[in-house]
Amino acid sequence: MISVSHVSKIYQTGDVEVKALDDVSFEIKKGEFVAIMGPSGSGKSTLMHIIGALDTPTSGTYVLDGENVENLSDDELADIRNRKIGFIFQFFNLLPRTSALKNVELPMTYGGVDKVDREKIARKYLDMVGLSDRLNNAPNQLSGGQQQRVAIARSLVMNPSIILADEPTGNIASSQAAEIMAIFQKLNKEGHTIVMITHESDIAEHAQRIIHILDGKVVKDGRDHKQRVIIK
Amino acid sequence: MNFNEIILEALSTLRINKLRTFLAILGIVIGIGSVIALVALGQGSQAAVSSQIQALGANLLTISPGSQRGGFIQGGAGSATTLTLADAQAIASSPTVTDVVNVSPEYSRRAQVTAGSKNTNTSIVGVQAVYATVHKVGVSEGQFISDNDNARQSKVAVVGPTVVSDLFGVNVDPLGQSIRIQGQSFKIIGITISKGGTGFGNQDDTIYIPLSTAMNDIFGATSLTSVAVEAKNESVMNSVEDQVGYLLLDRHGISQVANADFTILSQNDILSTASSVTGTFTALLSGIAAISLIVGGIGIMNIMLVTVTERTREIGLRKALGAKKKDIITQFLVEAIILTFAGGVIGMIVGVLISVVISKLVSIPFAISVGSVALAIGVSAGIGILFGWYPAKKASDLQPIEALRYE
Repeated sequence: MISVSHVSKIYQTGDVEVKALDDVSFEIKKGEFVAIMGPSGSGKSTLMHIIGALDTPTSGTYVLDGENVENLSDDELADIRNRKIGFIFQFFNLLPRTSALKNVELPMTYGGVDKVDREKIARKYLDMVGLSDRLNNAPNQLSGGQQQRVAIARSLVMNPSIILADEPTGNIASSQAAEIMAIFQKLNKEGHTIVMITHESDIAEHAQRIIHILDGKVVKDGRDHKQRVIIK
Repeated sequence: MNFNEIILEALSTLRINKLRTFLAILGIVIGIGSVIALVALGQGSQAAVSSQIQALGANLLTISPGSQRGGFIQGGAGSATTLTLADAQAIASSPTVTDVVNVSPEYSRRAQVTAGSKNTNTSIVGVQAVYATVHKVGVSEGQFISDNDNARQSKVAVVGPTVVSDLFGVNVDPLGQSIRIQGQSFKIIGITISKGGTGFGNQDDTIYIPLSTAMNDIFGATSLTSVAVEAKNESVMNSVEDQVGYLLLDRHGISQVANADFTILSQNDILSTASSVTGTFTALLSGIAAISLIVGGIGIMNIMLVTVTERTREIGLRKALGAKKKDIITQFLVEAIILTFAGGVIGMIVGVLISVVISKLVSIPFAISVGSVALAIGVSAGIGILFGWYPAKKASDLQPIEALRYE
């Protein structure tokens, strides 16, 4: 499903080279629920950008659902993001002053989905996250947890290969965070592949597998919370 | 997304951000409206002046005495006393002057006029009967100065409406009343039709008396202040001007045209002078309009730049969710086009309305120039689209991560 092999990412700032990712390799299979953990500056955000096709690696290969995401143009990357990745952001990133329904429809407008189908699909997923009574509310009329649920509905409408969540609970109350995690568990049971970036270990516990990143390297990759140390 | 949907999407975005939309449209409306209104004002006044001069008669030549030359001393224009009644008669009867319909010798001067206890200082014009034909002066009551009045050197006067109101007020019938000019009593035999008090000299504030009376009895003059010559039509103006000129040079014994002691002015000369004056006026207004357009343009530019900058995160999000560069640029371009189109149409309506109101208020003809409308809309639309497109292009080139992080 996801194959990251020998991926490095080097940022050039003047004369200084910063190695944000250093020869990272792992695979994620279909239906897995993976948390990527690491402190800030560990390179987990860079990794998330590469997995999310928001950025391309300096070297190494990244294959997503059979498609090699290297040397692609901006527009080709946009297409990959639209079809294969459902994004969930820390700050929700919903369009302001725009109804929940319109927000959820947004990826479909770029994915060539027919207007009538768009609304039907958006309603279905908003219903699934329990917001069928909030269809016409703008983000500022919703709580943080509700906004994130709108974002989850939005991430699902294109039926993506993976759901990529970046600190999905980082900006909402802990009671609502539990609801979000419950939805993730449910989605995972339905067969969705979920990759979640977080620095909170209690949130990471919800995943079946945790990949630890430190200084641009994978230091631990554990399944079922029996984390095994990778020997370098 | 198809074209309809793109437009609907843009309209809903514009509806959501009402204040921003309003401000952007306002900038365009002011830019376009002011250009149209100011240019219309300039052209309207130009047309007004032209039509007033045309009304005086396009086939009219006015001969005035020129400056008198004596040695190295040159008198002011009009100071010569060489233009005589005999000259006027010669123009009318000479076989070398063809195509002349009427010749009107005139003597005019300002003088104090009294009627009872009221008095006014106004223009006294000594005329012959032909004056009314040549200058298209009509009488609303009574009659104009006749040849008979001239022959008898009668003390009769035809007065303009302004003179009537100055001397008699509004509720008195002045016909048959007496007025005193230079101490001599005149009987009012006619009142001219009001021509409106604009243009060169107020024709309503004039008293007409027989030429013979004016020259011999009142002012003791031997020469005329002007002779109006009416040509058959406009096309023979140049030849008539030459014929009259050479006749007068010959009569005055002057061999060189440069030494002529008179000047001949056609209405076309006056018209072209006046046109160049109003042309300058229009240019001035156009300059002001251009400044408005620039200010309006900067307003549009600001709003567009702010709009796009403010929405950098939105652009980042849209890109992250799969928008391609062309989607982003199309979206902003369509919004900019709708804004400039709406602003252009409203601005045009506002500009035309202002022009109509102004033309009513200052009674000038309503003139809208297609060029000014096209220029105003072209510039505003150009600015709107350019400054809608440029920041959108920049934003669409941003990495989605960068754009999402934009604060």
